[in-house]
Amino acid sequence: MTDFNHQQTAHCESGAVAALLRHNGLDLSEPMIFGLSSALTYAYIPLVKVGGMPLLAYRMPPGRIIRGLSKRLSIRFHFERFRCPEDGTIALDKYLEKGFPVGLQASIYWLPYFPESMRFHFNAHNLVAYGKDAEDYLISDPTFEQPVRADVASLQQARFAKGVLAPKGLIYYPETITQTPDLTAAIPGAIRSTVNMMLRTPLPFIGVRGIRHVARHIEKLSPANEHYNKLLIGHMVRMQEEIGTGGAGFRFLFASFLQESAHLLSHEGLAQAADQFTDAGDEWRRFALYAAKMLKGRSALDYGKLATQLRKVADMEQQGYRQLLELKLR
Amino acid sequence: MKLDDVPQDTSRSFDGQKKRLYALNADGEYTAALSSGWEAEDVVLDQAIEEYNRFSREARQRVQQGLASPLEYHMYAHRMDVTVLAQATGFFRWQVRRHLKPTVFKRLTPRKMQRHEEAFHMTAEQLRTLPPEDKPQND
Repeated sequence: MTDFNHQQTAHCESGAVAALLRHNGLDLSEPMIFGLSSALTYAYIPLVKVGGMPLLAYRMPPGRIIRGLSKRLSIRFHFERFRCPEDGTIALDKYLEKGFPVGLQASIYWLPYFPESMRFHFNAHNLVAYGKDAEDYLISDPTFEQPVRADVASLQQARFAKGVLAPKGLIYYPETITQTPDLTAAIPGAIRSTVNMMLRTPLPFIGVRGIRHVARHIEKLSPANEHYNKLLIGHMVRMQEEIGTGGAGFRFLFASFLQESAHLLSHEGLAQAADQFTDAGDEWRRFALYAAKMLKGRSALDYGKLATQLRKVADMEQQGYRQLLELKLR
Repeated sequence: MKLDDVPQDTSRSFDGQKKRLYALNADGEYTAALSSGWEAEDVVLDQAIEEYNRFSREARQRVQQGLASPLEYHMYAHRMDVTVLAQATGFFRWQVRRHLKPTVFKRLTPRKMQRHEEAFHMTAEQLRTLPPEDKPQND
């Protein structure tokens, strides 16, 4: 059986990539992987519905971390998808027989080791399979403290769930890593890409403008639709906190990346920017707290107060991205 | 967020698990911390689950009154809606909506039925019946 060093992370995709790279001799922290792939964002897309709610994202779409990182560090990843579930299972078994851990995409709903209340139809969960013991796969799921197990039938169902972001049995792994990548050269470009996304995307519902757009939207909610409004606010908080974000919609993860970069580049300005995003993250958490209190009925439902809090966050983030721009990293 | 502020509200939904967050230690350095849950998160998670539970309770009533097919109950009990079920089975949404009618669902061809069986991981027999009330059907 393959020895696999399981480590829990906050987010599944950055965690699965970190685990696979570590297994192949390249040890990068989760925040470093998240930051280098420029995965941070803010997007509110009312046209796309998730479970009847508008799509709200605090990070780039699934798959971006792997592709973003592979672009920045020139590490090639091998991807395989399957039309027929049986083929996918045979291919997976082959890799595992050779003692070769691989990353998988799967639907959370069909993974048997997830607690009942966490199981929703989300198709883009990432995990690493590293072995097979009789009828069970040995799995290193980055969002769990310990390695877990899944039976053959359940894993196949989870890997071939249909719908939005259907995994189609995706198997991935990094190709041989020949040299240690130069992080100091990759960091400035990655930061610039995030800043551009957040400040300069010419769409009103993405980036800092997106946060203000949602603030306006919340302010204008009609008190007559209280049930839907409450669901929408709850949905915002869930997307921000619950889905493996490391806290505050990935803002703490990003701040941690900036701090690590400040050490690597010996750049005091980056450390200050990290503090700015920590503060912004704290305000995101405060937004979640206000919202939860209102939903529980412990304080009056006040759309204006939530909007004001969102604008505060938008201002703080804007200042943070401007700070990063002014550093003129190269 | 400082390490001391990392919430430890022992969330039921975590099932004894802890999740990883990033927080500042006493020296202002980021470090990974484990959280046993946050009350604010529990509130919104309970809200989302209760919404599905309410739908399945209402669906159960409609099935008992003969207004809906058991498929509607199973759909919500599996935390799906018409869109998700349509994607999972490959039917159009209008087809799924038709299948929620008792008369249509009863006469579904075995081939169409099979697509539902695969999407739910259940037998046709199970799909055609309502499970007993006290047992939550989410598997």
